[in-house]
Amino acid sequence: MATEFAFPDSAAKIAGAKPEFEPEKMSLSMGPSHPSTHGVLRLQMELDGEVLTKCDPVVGYLHRGDEKIAENMTYNQFVPYTDRLDYIAPLANNMAYAIAVEKLAKLEVPPRCQAIRVLTAELARLSSHLLGLGAFGIDVGAWTVFMYTFTEREKLYKLFEELTGARFTTSYSRIGGLQRDIPDGWLERVSAFCDQFLPILEESMALLTRNKIFMDRTVGIGVISKEDALAYGLTGPNLRGSGVGLDLRKDRPYSGYEQYEFDVPVGTTGDCYDRYLVRGEEMRQSVRIIRQVIAKFPGGPWYATDAKKIFAPPKEKILTSMEELIQNFMLVTEGPQMPAGEVYFEAENPKGILGFYVVSKGGGVPWRLKIRAPSFCNLSILPKLCVGAMVSDVVAILGSLDFVMGECDR
Amino acid sequence: MPADAKSALQAKFPLVTDRASLDHPAVNVPPADVAAVLHYLRDEFAFDMLVDLTAIDWAEGAAPRFTVVYHLFSTTRHDYVRVATLCTGTDAEPHAPSVVSLWPGANWHERECFDMFGIKFDGHPDLRRILMWDGYPHHPLRKEFPLAGIEAPLPDAEIAEETKATLIAAPMAGGPFVAVSGEINLTEAEPRAKDESWNEHREKPE
Repeated sequence: MATEFAFPDSAAKIAGAKPEFEPEKMSLSMGPSHPSTHGVLRLQMELDGEVLTKCDPVVGYLHRGDEKIAENMTYNQFVPYTDRLDYIAPLANNMAYAIAVEKLAKLEVPPRCQAIRVLTAELARLSSHLLGLGAFGIDVGAWTVFMYTFTEREKLYKLFEELTGARFTTSYSRIGGLQRDIPDGWLERVSAFCDQFLPILEESMALLTRNKIFMDRTVGIGVISKEDALAYGLTGPNLRGSGVGLDLRKDRPYSGYEQYEFDVPVGTTGDCYDRYLVRGEEMRQSVRIIRQVIAKFPGGPWYATDAKKIFAPPKEKILTSMEELIQNFMLVTEGPQMPAGEVYFEAENPKGILGFYVVSKGGGVPWRLKIRAPSFCNLSILPKLCVGAMVSDVVAILGSLDFVMGECDR
Repeated sequence: MPADAKSALQAKFPLVTDRASLDHPAVNVPPADVAAVLHYLRDEFAFDMLVDLTAIDWAEGAAPRFTVVYHLFSTTRHDYVRVATLCTGTDAEPHAPSVVSLWPGANWHERECFDMFGIKFDGHPDLRRILMWDGYPHHPLRKEFPLAGIEAPLPDAEIAEETKATLIAAPMAGGPFVAVSGEINLTEAEPRAKDESWNEHREKPE
């Protein structure tokens, strides 16, 4: 006798079944102390599996209140604080700050001073991009490049030390001039550095540019569209990587940049790989600028000689002449005297556009000094950029944005 | 900024006035018009980048006390314009309109302004502190806030409970030196420590 056998209705069973695990999102906190966050950035991420559904950057761990400090000291006293903004390229910050205050004072510095500033700013750009390149390499698993680039940075530090007396925090610019003139034979040593630097740059970039692993980690990852880059106020290599050829050295030349020939590299897709390539090419262009500066290095004074109430007189004059002694005393006690008014100046720094907005009520102390930090603006795109990326992509994205928290948090 | 831009702006928004400036063209805009003026500048005169947004505190007694300043940049013409507006509301809680809908990049700038000055940006999607931690009681860039800082509770309530510690003002060890400018004799103009801190040898100032 045949018994009837009812086949189980699997479809209905599956439809009615309760899933063993509720699909839930995981929250993960990366940083503030994490090797790929380049300092003290913290990312609060929400993950679905390995894909980010939300990313909230937490900044401010390095906040020192630089803008508050600036309101409480004279213009020259603030110069060392600008070193600590983008501490990878202090010479470029010194220059941007000095030009901003000189604009307020309506002061022109002589060509030699401008040339030295351009030279130091481009050396700072090399130093910054070398670190960016090396650290990016480490982030995506290529250790060797870091060793090459740090050897070169060490040579740059030797040059900085000879010029300013400090390797790291240079404080080289003064309002209306510089801390000192260049030492004897320094230009030849910079020139010799450039000669040996270019082959090493090619060698270290050859380790990455056609590297299969590196390309897999960066090509098509972290794509920033032109529109997004502009809307979020991205600047520097991050903006140019997205195909916008904005470079203030070309577009609004300052400190005599209009005399030098150089190209502005731009990317096509705006991914991590493009930002890497843009930085590499910018280093070659920096070397080009440095060589031109050295080739037509101007003579003459290296500080504004007509700026009596702004730039300190020479030391031997202070020690021998009453007038200069009083001048120096007033300068140290009351600060360089500025007219009332407000100026905004931006310089093309290695990380992007560094802006200083100075509001003065007259006298030697600013009423308000706002620092427009490129890293702060560059990081503000993270909540949009990281959604949909994998956790490992975040590391590549952070590496390619090349930020410095000292500047972001101020 | 094109030559006709300012007159076109003033024709469209009659309350827009010139602002004294040492460098870039600048205008004062009433708070109600800010969003519309910035929108107009962005779309009609190609100021496509908001490079900076910040505030100025004109100190207690000034009315209105806070000014919000926008710097726009045109990536095609490579020039700037400065737009300033006075905050509405009270000194304790000033208000300004948010421009996040025009430039998403304004988000962090406005959060910073709120954090440092306590300016409430109306219409901001997520107005939290950004440089200081959530729950910090002061706005450090206001003029009445001393350089050394003010005693405040620790960010982490659990640690505060356990250690009974608070954040104290920074001992400034005599610095920074700030001189008084103006018509005074040299002895008085000598730099003085603007010291508002306290330590074991010195009582906490009230």
